[in-house]
Amino acid sequence: MTDLYQSQRAMRNMRRAAMQRGVIAILDVGTSKIACLVLKFDGPEPDREDGLGPLAGQSQFRVIGAATTRSRGVRFGEIDAMAETERAIRTAVQAAQKMAQVRVDHVIACFSGAHPRSYGLAGEVQLTEGQVSEHDVARVLAACDVPDYGGGREVVHAHPVNFAVDHRTGFGDPRGHVGNRLAVDMHLLTIDTAAVQNLLYCIKRCDLELAGIASSAYASGLSSLVEDEQELGAVCIDMGGGATGLSIFIKKHMIFAESVRMGGDHVTSDIAKGLQVPFAIAERIKTVHGGVHATGMDDREMIEIGGDSGDWEKDRRRVSRTELIGIMRPRVEEILEEVRAILDAAGFDQLPSQQVVLTGGASQIPGLDGLAARILGQNVRLGRPLRVQGLPQAATGAAFSSSVGLCLFAAHPQDEWWDFEIPAERYPARSLRRAVRWFKDNW
Amino acid sequence: MRALKGERGEGWQDPAPSRLAYRLNRLWLTPLVRRFTRVGLPALALALSVGLYLKDDGRRGDLVSGIADIKRELQERPEFMVTLMRIDGASEPVAEGIRSMLPVALPASSFRIDLETFRAAIAQIDAVAAVDLRIRPGGVLQVDVTERQPAILWRTASGRLEMLDARGHRVATLTAREARPDLAVIAGEGAEDRVPEALTLLAAARPLAPRLRGLVLMGERRWDLVLDRDQRILLPETGAIAALNRVIELDRAEDLLARDVAVVDLRNDYRPTIRLSAAAMATLRGEVLDETKVSGQ
Repeated sequence: MTDLYQSQRAMRNMRRAAMQRGVIAILDVGTSKIACLVLKFDGPEPDREDGLGPLAGQSQFRVIGAATTRSRGVRFGEIDAMAETERAIRTAVQAAQKMAQVRVDHVIACFSGAHPRSYGLAGEVQLTEGQVSEHDVARVLAACDVPDYGGGREVVHAHPVNFAVDHRTGFGDPRGHVGNRLAVDMHLLTIDTAAVQNLLYCIKRCDLELAGIASSAYASGLSSLVEDEQELGAVCIDMGGGATGLSIFIKKHMIFAESVRMGGDHVTSDIAKGLQVPFAIAERIKTVHGGVHATGMDDREMIEIGGDSGDWEKDRRRVSRTELIGIMRPRVEEILEEVRAILDAAGFDQLPSQQVVLTGGASQIPGLDGLAARILGQNVRLGRPLRVQGLPQAATGAAFSSSVGLCLFAAHPQDEWWDFEIPAERYPARSLRRAVRWFKDNW
Repeated sequence: MRALKGERGEGWQDPAPSRLAYRLNRLWLTPLVRRFTRVGLPALALALSVGLYLKDDGRRGDLVSGIADIKRELQERPEFMVTLMRIDGASEPVAEGIRSMLPVALPASSFRIDLETFRAAIAQIDAVAAVDLRIRPGGVLQVDVTERQPAILWRTASGRLEMLDARGHRVATLTAREARPDLAVIAGEGAEDRVPEALTLLAAARPLAPRLRGLVLMGERRWDLVLDRDQRILLPETGAIAALNRVIELDRAEDLLARDVAVVDLRNDYRPTIRLSAAAMATLRGEVLDETKVSGQ
């Protein structure tokens, strides 16, 4: 518990230092690509009278460098071959630095795999002074009973979601309320420690310092859900290369996150196996001709497969688009079914609004929204990330929603558990305090 | 498992930068290093090479003399040479003096003639009222001199005769009174400072001009008009012109000054006085003058 506070606080301090220097890098380590954005912070914009600002308050930073490289050594959103991944990170960071003409030292990273698992925590304290103070908030957060999430796991997010004073609930900020009892609901997200350690090691080897870590499902939810969806309840499904992350938002807080260890790369490998072509050709066929909904027209549309085996018969094969769709659709359906199962388990159907937003690179398959509507419910839309100042056109697609979300995360981090002061009872120096209290009580 | 070391096949090139290249790239993007390499190092190298070159005395001397040569060559181009001096408006002795004062021998480069100091030096000459110097195209040093005009002679305490202009400034020393018989003489302590006053008195005394010998300032206060035959007219401190006119009128009416009068004293306005000469006194008293005595003693 205490070392969690320390490591997260250390990262938070590093982030603050980076903001002060004005330059911070965003690193999205994905299975199919690694994206690096360099952000420049110009300080907060001047307040306007009506309290609004341009670009929904996002104008305080600009993207001054952006680079994408093909990912190497990453599987299922987790680092598999360290040296390969390190090289890929180096490539991306160097290209982004070259575009920005600035050296970056601090990096905020996210990744999609590593078995994220959500826990709902509840805590309750009696108020001593009849009014909620900042100290009471810290106390109630500390009073949450941490579940036994097992060894080899690490907490990445711990958001206080809801506060309740006596029998009134739904407070975002309970400070100053009068009552006798303060309760909190908290959302805790844990991931595998090994994955974090591996990422940390790779980033260290690139002479960078980790200033923050986030789950990519959370980051893409931040960037691709619009404000009312975050408020009323929605799920963001980030269909990446090796893993599909999903994050449920309500009242502008993430309350659940999971990931399915399947993604676009599996579709590609199905095509490669089914058509007996190399991976690169399968990827090209998928992106150019892919789809999930066959029509009569697709029977007549013949696709040149191509190849360089040297065998004329093999290299001149042609398949109809219907066949290709027949290969892709079961896998996409499988992914969506898995998502459906997770949503059912999480109780998504209890939310007031059940908006489903599909984003990520694999969400660009034509006809996916129709297929998803059959499996996930009627409120399905395709999401693209928010527009961020200075982002190149090439990096505005759905595949970059977690990168953009990470930018927002860097600029406006949500209050987490460790941002509140540690309550006095947990200080190691409490013995002295207790001695003083003993003196007060007895003399 | 793939081979861990190398051998990805011929022509395969890792797109990733090597660790060293990455680190050097980051070093190059560090602002301090960048600034030092772009500004500091070239400046250092330049300073070092210049310093090493100039370390040798001979080279330094060569450099200095080379620069001096170029400078002289440029200055001595025919466009900048002054070949003759032309003096206008000066009399012969003054012109001679100016010629002797020219600091350089002509022909010389105009860069070497300091017109300002030369002009100041010429203006030092008493006989020169104003001087205008310029270098005309064609290499002519044009000197326009305005000379002072002597208006009066001044007998100094030591007996020397100086010529003064109308404002009392010295023009030249006169060796003989006969050289300028047209100018009147003034004398007395402080007379040279009151030349304009003396000139107005002399102008008023024009009817007496044939007999006039000069003016003497008495006690730095009032003037005595001295005529020949040792006659003196003592003028008052104020209203000297009026007093002088009165004498002239008396002379015209009564022929006063032709008589044997030694002094006409007009210092007191209410009581003009005349003093007879000794001979006249004797005649008046019916005595015979001692012939041995010199008149006026």
